[in-house]
Amino acid sequence: MLDVETRTTPIRVLIAKPGLDGHDRGAKVMARALRDAGMEVIYTGLFQTPEMIARAAIDEDVDVIGLSILSGAHLALFPKIFAQLRAAGLDDVLVVAGGTIPSEDVDPLKALGVAAVFGPGTPMETAVRFIREHAPLRGGE
Amino acid sequence: MTDASVDQLVERFRSGNRAALSRILSHVENDKPAGLRALAALYRETGNAYVVGVTGPPGAGKSTLTNALIRAYRARGTTVGVLAVDPSSSLTGGATLGDRIRMLENFDDDGVYIRSMATRGEMGGLSTAVGAATHLLDAFGFDVIVIETVGVGQDEVDIAELADSTLLLQVPGLGDSIQTIKAGVLEIADILVVNKRDISGADDLVRDLRNMLRLGERRTWTPPIIETLALKGENISGLIGAIEKHAEHLSETGELSQRRERRARQEVLRLARRWLSSRLADILDEPDVSAMLQSLVCREIDPTRVAAEVARRAAREQARAN
Amino acid sequence: MRAENVSPRSRFHDAPPEEREFTTVSGELVKQTYTPDDLRRVGFEYERELADPGDFPFTRGIHSTHYRGKLWTVRMFAGFGSAEETNQRFHYLLEHGESGLSIAFDLPTLYGRDADDPLSHGEFGKCGVAISSLADMEILLDEIPLEAVTTSMTINGPAAAIWAMYIAAAEKRGTPRAELRGTLQNDILKEFTAQNEYIFPPEPSMKLVVDTIEFSTHYMPLWNSISVSGYHIREAGATATEELAFTLADGIAYVQAAIERGLDVDSFAPRLSFFFNCHNDFFEEIAKFRAARRIWAREMRDRFGARNERSLWMRFHAQTAGCSLTAQEPENNVIRTTIQALAAVLGGTQSLHTNSLDEAIALPSEWAARIALRTQQIIAHESGVANSVDPLGGSYMVETMTSEMEQRVMTILAEVDDLGGVVPAIERGYFQRRIADSSYAYEQALAEQRKIVVGVNAHRSDEEPTIPILQMDPKGEGRHLARLARVRLERDPVRWRESLEGLERAARSGINVMPALIDAANAYATVGEITNCLRVVYGEHRQLLVV
Repeated sequence: MLDVETRTTPIRVLIAKPGLDGHDRGAKVMARALRDAGMEVIYTGLFQTPEMIARAAIDEDVDVIGLSILSGAHLALFPKIFAQLRAAGLDDVLVVAGGTIPSEDVDPLKALGVAAVFGPGTPMETAVRFIREHAPLRGGE
Repeated sequence: MTDASVDQLVERFRSGNRAALSRILSHVENDKPAGLRALAALYRETGNAYVVGVTGPPGAGKSTLTNALIRAYRARGTTVGVLAVDPSSSLTGGATLGDRIRMLENFDDDGVYIRSMATRGEMGGLSTAVGAATHLLDAFGFDVIVIETVGVGQDEVDIAELADSTLLLQVPGLGDSIQTIKAGVLEIADILVVNKRDISGADDLVRDLRNMLRLGERRTWTPPIIETLALKGENISGLIGAIEKHAEHLSETGELSQRRERRARQEVLRLARRWLSSRLADILDEPDVSAMLQSLVCREIDPTRVAAEVARRAAREQARAN
Repeated sequence: MRAENVSPRSRFHDAPPEEREFTTVSGELVKQTYTPDDLRRVGFEYERELADPGDFPFTRGIHSTHYRGKLWTVRMFAGFGSAEETNQRFHYLLEHGESGLSIAFDLPTLYGRDADDPLSHGEFGKCGVAISSLADMEILLDEIPLEAVTTSMTINGPAAAIWAMYIAAAEKRGTPRAELRGTLQNDILKEFTAQNEYIFPPEPSMKLVVDTIEFSTHYMPLWNSISVSGYHIREAGATATEELAFTLADGIAYVQAAIERGLDVDSFAPRLSFFFNCHNDFFEEIAKFRAARRIWAREMRDRFGARNERSLWMRFHAQTAGCSLTAQEPENNVIRTTIQALAAVLGGTQSLHTNSLDEAIALPSEWAARIALRTQQIIAHESGVANSVDPLGGSYMVETMTSEMEQRVMTILAEVDDLGGVVPAIERGYFQRRIADSSYAYEQALAEQRKIVVGVNAHRSDEEPTIPILQMDPKGEGRHLARLARVRLERDPVRWRESLEGLERAARSGINVMPALIDAANAYATVGEITNCLRVVYGEHRQLLVV
């Protein structure tokens, strides 16, 4: 957990909707909540393939990727997403996930590299705080 | 970050590594020493790209138009770097950036690069970072750089400073009629684009724009009015033609180098001002100066004396730093 | 957010009652007491605003006998995995007292993609049944008496194609299309603003909807061509008022489009149906349903000049609110669903789906689906609320809320009209922005405990849910894919190719594509092949991003 004080620039977050899942209410709410918390949010919109997500993450040099998925396809899609991220050299990005993810799927996702899973009913502030506290500092000093 | 690692990053940038471009852009945007060092190293490799500014009111279809431009440019083998600029919230400092969705069909095309940037509370619209980002995209090798801005506040004026050709988008029936086009905005446009030409009122809009141009001050270049339907890619070739014509005009009349000189001047001024003003606030906190402020409050000395002292100290500091 | 021992209203206990704000779930102010003065204020007049059930403007109901004549249809949305599994679930529900079928399709099918399409990876059968060709449809409907059971199909983007497969399957079994009874959701406009299951851009999408309305008007008199939906709009975060207003606006747009095609309003309007959400705020929802009937009757008569009384009837299906259910303490969802179902019944719904308690976590298990079914049956047979029509009619509160809801809705309809109609409003992001704003406002209300969800932001127990989750047959996908491969191999290639060429020709020429779609279905063209054929002609829709 990083000292929040040392950050002087806005956290950049990519909010992505992988797969065919069209429920974007949660993603949009999260995007606004993060913006209201002072972060710069890039929302990819729907129907993102793992390649698209990785490309967006690289080009935008985001600190955090938030994957929102309510279709149940997370166990199939997340490994592919992580493979793309690794291939692109994005090892220090914080990846979090939200949506209808059953609790028994949380450990497998964490093993892949998901830092936190925010299930249904998670208060916005919980996710915002986690991201604020765990987003990597990129240096450049 | 050590100088050596910055240099490594710059080398990767030079070899065409996209992640290196992105990372250097971040350092520059965040005003980090690594960014300044990288920019200094790469600046001599700039000067080749043609910069197109796209501005207009929300809802005019800027992103769709930019996407259509990308498609058309790519079809002729031209590489494109895009900076999509959106305003940061003055309240929270955060921002929701970029309509990337409409541009993501290029996700596997290395000839396209899209970066979203927030204004980050810069007074007067576009941040200095946008200019620096333009240099980086230029050095990376993109043929054309498109800067897309929201077009509220002072943005429109700034964009003309950064762009070789500035496109002003208007859309019929958006509720803001010609009368509300801010003073000065029409003058900086090199090409007027009437998008969504299939909507009723398009002809009226074109006519109104023509009239306004006629009434405006004389210029060596009369901005053409190009009608498009960006969603269907209609007349994008006409638009690119107009941009190329404008580019020709600029180089034939020598205006291109004039503009670029002006741009360099503005950039230097802006950077210098920023660096100075960050010093000034600190100087006001120095004990001697603080004491002077107290005297000022008691009406023992006047503001210009204090200001002169502050300026003197800032200059002295800068000289010492060099 | 540790709120276990804090009772929700304690934050406001310090303020005197007259200073505290009490609002509905949607944020509308609720008075302490409603009196005849309120009725006067909103211009209430029995004959004009209410009338008896079965009389214009039908506020109290479209039939004078209502549930005394026939109870609402118990129609439980179901579907998952392969056609075999869903067929089994259909039989289970029918045996346990369901009266009508409602088919849920999986995401690839909803987007017109075959199960082996690269984008379908990981999505097979997760939120509905996978249908890739007529072969799957035939198995899905195996031994279901289609002449006796009404079938609702919840599909929108590729609705026309799936409907074509349904018709083809029925006719192959000897049930002529004119005898088929059911509903196609087929409401593409709400996809662009709320559910996002669109494929083609708005213009060609509307054209396809009108094709289905036209086809069913001519050939399928017992079929409801469209279910204009507010359910998804509400799920996306809209308020009750917005849900109703946006749905009615969409309905108006469809009627307008069908009339422009040359159809006489009275020929198709009787077969339009609606689909609403039923959320937690008991009285707000009842007011919403009553206002819906009144507004629609007036719009149909005054805006479109409909003369047939059946054209003025708003018939609707309701589903209890999925977005109100929690993963925490899922057993509480039974209570939520019960209250919501009660509101729907008191609001006079024609058919009802009650959510299962595990809805927030995954697809419903058999046990959970049965409880949901029983909820309706207990309301119907044990509570007495169905004995009289519109029992809350005349309540000062309900009548006032109904009229106020109507006023708010009319304001929004006027705004949409000013923008030039629904499609221009969609292009401007009008609906999307309002939905996003309402959605965020609600989240903030939850964060500040101005709105309470028991077990989530108040009265929490923090125990892990241990609900049995439906396990799908892991061999289902393999079976489906094998069948798909067989279909491609065994179909007549000449007939198949000609059917797709015919479809492309029909689409390009602008004629009604339903006959060509049925032809392609019978030639065993797959959902993906049909959709791709249409994509080539119509293009693909790109969403306007509104956060």
